[in-house]
Amino acid sequence: MSSATTPPDSDPSQRRRVHSMLKHYYGLNEEGKVTEQAESLDPCDINGPHFDPEVYLNKLRMECSLGELMDHESCMVKQIRFINFICLSTDTIRKMKNDFKKMEDEMDCLSANMAAITEFSAHISGTLQDQHAQITKLSGVHTLLRKLQFLFELPARLNKCLELQAYAQAVSAHRRARCVLQQYSHMPSFRGIQDDCHVIMEQLAQQLRQKFRDGGSSAKDLSECVELLLQLDEPAEELCDKFLSHAHSSTTNPFLSPTAGTDILEFIDRGCNEFVSSLCLVIASYQELFINRPQEGELASKNIPEMANGKLHVFVDTLAARYFSLVERRIQEEKGVSDNSLLVRALDRFHRRLQAISKLLPGSAVPSQGTEIVVRAARERIKQYLSALQTFYHDSLTDVRQALAAPRGATSKDATPSLPELLTSLSNFILNQLKSVLASVHLFTAKDITFSNKPYFKGEFCSQGVREGLVVSFIKFICQSSRQYCESAGDRGGSTPPALLLLLSRLCLDYETSTISYILTLTDEQFLVQHHTPVTPVTALCAEAREAAQKLLNHYVKVQGLIISQMLRKSVETRDWVNTIEPRNVRAVMKRVVEDTTSIDVQVGLLYEEGVRKAHSSDSSKRTFSVYSSSRQQIRYAPSYTPSAPMDTNLLSNIHKLFSERIDIFSPVEFNKVSVLTGIIKISLKTFLECVRLRTFGRYGLQQIQVDCHYLQMYLWRFVSDENLVHFLLDEIVGSAAHRCLDPSPMEQSVIEVICERG
Amino acid sequence: FVNKLQYLARIDRARALTAQTAETDAIRFLVGTQSLKFDNQIHIIDFDDENNVINKSVLLHDAGEIWHISGSPADKAVLTTCYSKTSESRVLTCAAVWRMPPEWESGNHESPDDSSNNPQTLELLCHLDNTAHGSVACVLWEPMGDGKRVISLAENHVLLWDLQESSTKATISSSATLEGKGQLKFTAGKWSPHHNNTQLATANDTAIRGWDLRSMSQIYCIENAHGQLVRDLDFNPNKQYYLASCGDDCKVKFWDVRHINEPVKCLEEHSHWVWSVRYNHSHDQLLLTGSSDSRVILSNMVSISSEPFGHLVDDDELSDNEESQQEDKGKEPLQDSIIATYEEHEDSVYAVEWSAADPWLFASLSYDGRLVINRVPRALKYRILL
Repeated sequence: MSSATTPPDSDPSQRRRVHSMLKHYYGLNEEGKVTEQAESLDPCDINGPHFDPEVYLNKLRMECSLGELMDHESCMVKQIRFINFICLSTDTIRKMKNDFKKMEDEMDCLSANMAAITEFSAHISGTLQDQHAQITKLSGVHTLLRKLQFLFELPARLNKCLELQAYAQAVSAHRRARCVLQQYSHMPSFRGIQDDCHVIMEQLAQQLRQKFRDGGSSAKDLSECVELLLQLDEPAEELCDKFLSHAHSSTTNPFLSPTAGTDILEFIDRGCNEFVSSLCLVIASYQELFINRPQEGELASKNIPEMANGKLHVFVDTLAARYFSLVERRIQEEKGVSDNSLLVRALDRFHRRLQAISKLLPGSAVPSQGTEIVVRAARERIKQYLSALQTFYHDSLTDVRQALAAPRGATSKDATPSLPELLTSLSNFILNQLKSVLASVHLFTAKDITFSNKPYFKGEFCSQGVREGLVVSFIKFICQSSRQYCESAGDRGGSTPPALLLLLSRLCLDYETSTISYILTLTDEQFLVQHHTPVTPVTALCAEAREAAQKLLNHYVKVQGLIISQMLRKSVETRDWVNTIEPRNVRAVMKRVVEDTTSIDVQVGLLYEEGVRKAHSSDSSKRTFSVYSSSRQQIRYAPSYTPSAPMDTNLLSNIHKLFSERIDIFSPVEFNKVSVLTGIIKISLKTFLECVRLRTFGRYGLQQIQVDCHYLQMYLWRFVSDENLVHFLLDEIVGSAAHRCLDPSPMEQSVIEVICERG
Repeated sequence: FVNKLQYLARIDRARALTAQTAETDAIRFLVGTQSLKFDNQIHIIDFDDENNVINKSVLLHDAGEIWHISGSPADKAVLTTCYSKTSESRVLTCAAVWRMPPEWESGNHESPDDSSNNPQTLELLCHLDNTAHGSVACVLWEPMGDGKRVISLAENHVLLWDLQESSTKATISSSATLEGKGQLKFTAGKWSPHHNNTQLATANDTAIRGWDLRSMSQIYCIENAHGQLVRDLDFNPNKQYYLASCGDDCKVKFWDVRHINEPVKCLEEHSHWVWSVRYNHSHDQLLLTGSSDSRVILSNMVSISSEPFGHLVDDDELSDNEESQQEDKGKEPLQDSIIATYEEHEDSVYAVEWSAADPWLFASLSYDGRLVINRVPRALKYRILL
């Protein structure tokens, strides 16, 4: 239409006209009313209804020039075109209008249909409502009936279960029915059922308890039993007790009789497998039953776990105590020390298995008690090893004694050379034994042993146990027993062979110089001893060993001195010195003394170093003899020959002092051969002197003593550290003999020498 | 204060020493000399406590060298000696009872320079005739007796003598003989002051024997009491079953004769034979030993004495109960100890004796004739007394 209005500003009236035409077309009046009256009846009015194209054309042809006609024609064409367009659009709209109408109709139809459907549906559901209620009711009845049936069948079913021993089913069935029966118990039929059930369940409970009591069943069965009984409202406490008492018998029964002959490992194995594992099982199932079970209903209020836990602890403790006492008794029987690994392994197993209990039962004292037992066993073991070492030591000494005694009887020459060998072998034996014992004991602290990381085994066991209790004690024992040899033997017949004393003395001395520190270092290294408590220092032990060595050597000197002394004493005491004949020989006993001294010298020389002696003159025996026979003798004799002569006591005393250096007869001996021999000779000569002083001599008696002393002089000086000592004592002997002589006329020195040299 | 005094006898050898038992005022010791060639003497050593001076008198004992000497408990002038006599190349040790001449005290002190003065001679009362029994080892007076009974030990015989007529006549009232293998010979003996003087202890070789003098039979025997010869014995004056012995094994042993298997105590302080052992007469913890190692040792054997907690609590002290109880608590058994070792001697010491008059004084005699008088250290004396 806009195209029709072109040119829009050319003619405003035209535009208005077009507009009104459109209005007209759509039946609209400008003022809302159709103005038909205003329509001209003019046939030439192209827009009028009475338009007559012929008239119009004629009119145009007549009125208008050609140019106007042309313009008019083009105007007309434009208008026609526009109108055509209008006409076309109007058609389309009209058509759409029709379609909508149709659609509306259909919608109405649909809505009507829907309403119908709704109506129907409501109708149907209304109908069905009744039926549904009925069905629900039916189903309810059905359930009830089934329940009823269940109830009515319950006694039978329970009976059957009872027969089949399907207790679990019975109990669960009963549980299901119980409340109902309780509720409707006022109805006689239900009451009957309830009573029946009651009886049956009672019976069942009875059976369960019976089963419980019989105890033949396994722990697992038992736990099932307990569970059922618990569900049957049995008092939990009672059940706990019963369960535990049953468990008690089942765990201990097989273990009660420790059969002899089984080794400790086997024993512990059995104990672990039978007792500890079943104990664990009991604990576990018990905890499952009474402690860890979900608490439901009324059971929760009873606080069962706490009560049950308490009971369990008591139970485990008593059982464990019994088990421990058995184990301990068995361990105590373990006296043989040959194989420690068995015991250690057994203890390890014992200890390891107890850890399971500690995991199951965290608060329990059982594992720590077990550790205690292991500790005690270890302590005991150390003691046993100590005594074994001591026995070994004694046995070794017995062997040495036999070795010392045996060849002596056969050939006297064979006995002495073996002394150093005996010492070495004895020393090695002891050391090896000690080492092997240390190795055995070391097993206790091995890394793979569970208890080795316990504080006891890290600290006290190493320091107080092994080091002090075993090693130090053993060393002390050696010293101690050595000292005992000194005490007992001398008095009652000298049962200890002197060679053994000598050997032990050397052994102790060797211990002092090296062995003790070696052993202790070895121990400290092996056991990584950390000394929390004061331990015996090496020096103290060494001092003790040295003291023992000293004592033994002193005793050796005493014993050997005594042997020679006794010979001399008997020889002096048994002879009638007044009525003896003129001496022609050195008495045999003197030769014997020299021989014995020589053999002692050899014996001591095997084990001890030479030692220092004072310088000798070129020919000691000769020189000293002359001294002793001349000036000194006369000085010593002077008072006795001239007793009433006025003599300055001071001078006498001084002279006396000059020649009598004090001689300590049993003075401590040094650890060398010369010192030992000096001691022995001192003792012997002093005895000789004392015996001579108790006798009375005739002339020849004195001369015999002179000869004997000269002989001793010739041979003994070489053994001692200071030959003057020998001279002094021999002087005293001859001097005393002269004093005790009824007719003191000494023999010529040359004659004495001849006799002595003749042998 | 001089703690010790020495007296060097004018003789060369001496073994026999005794306190003058009956003398309770003067501190007096008797020493018998040993000489085969010259006249033997009895030296009477008086110790003047106040002036610290030793006075000596000499009496002649011409019977022979003296091996043992013993003073009568009743008469201070009477003593016995064992002396050896040689006849026909036989040596026999005899015993005799002597009386000191009454004049010896009156101005007969021998001054060192005055040796020409002839000493007086002992008066022989009687011989304890032993020709049938052999050499006599020792003669024992009845302890605290009336001086009328003595025992002599001759070889293996125990002879109990009655001295009659003022000791001028001796008769054997009873005797016992030790039978056994070999030549048995008594070496020492001691008459027990307990049990009414009815017991005797003897030593032969290594054994100690007890005798009942009423039946003259053996009542106990400690075999191997010492490892070697037993040299001397002494009874504890205050504890009736206690006995000390010493011997060649250098030990001093203490015995309870009711339990003879083991000695109660054993001392091993000497380094040679112990020849003499003596309990102090009053304070039995004090023990004196002399040895041929030339030493004298004074020991304090408190633990086995009659006063193990120090001095005895008297009755009047007991009345004050609380005090004494407190005292007792403070007192622990005292330790046995060596009080002193005396080394003045240069030869074997064969005899030691406590003074009869002064319980804190003792003498020791060595073979070279040196007599040393010592006192118990004052500190110890006061500790014992207070």
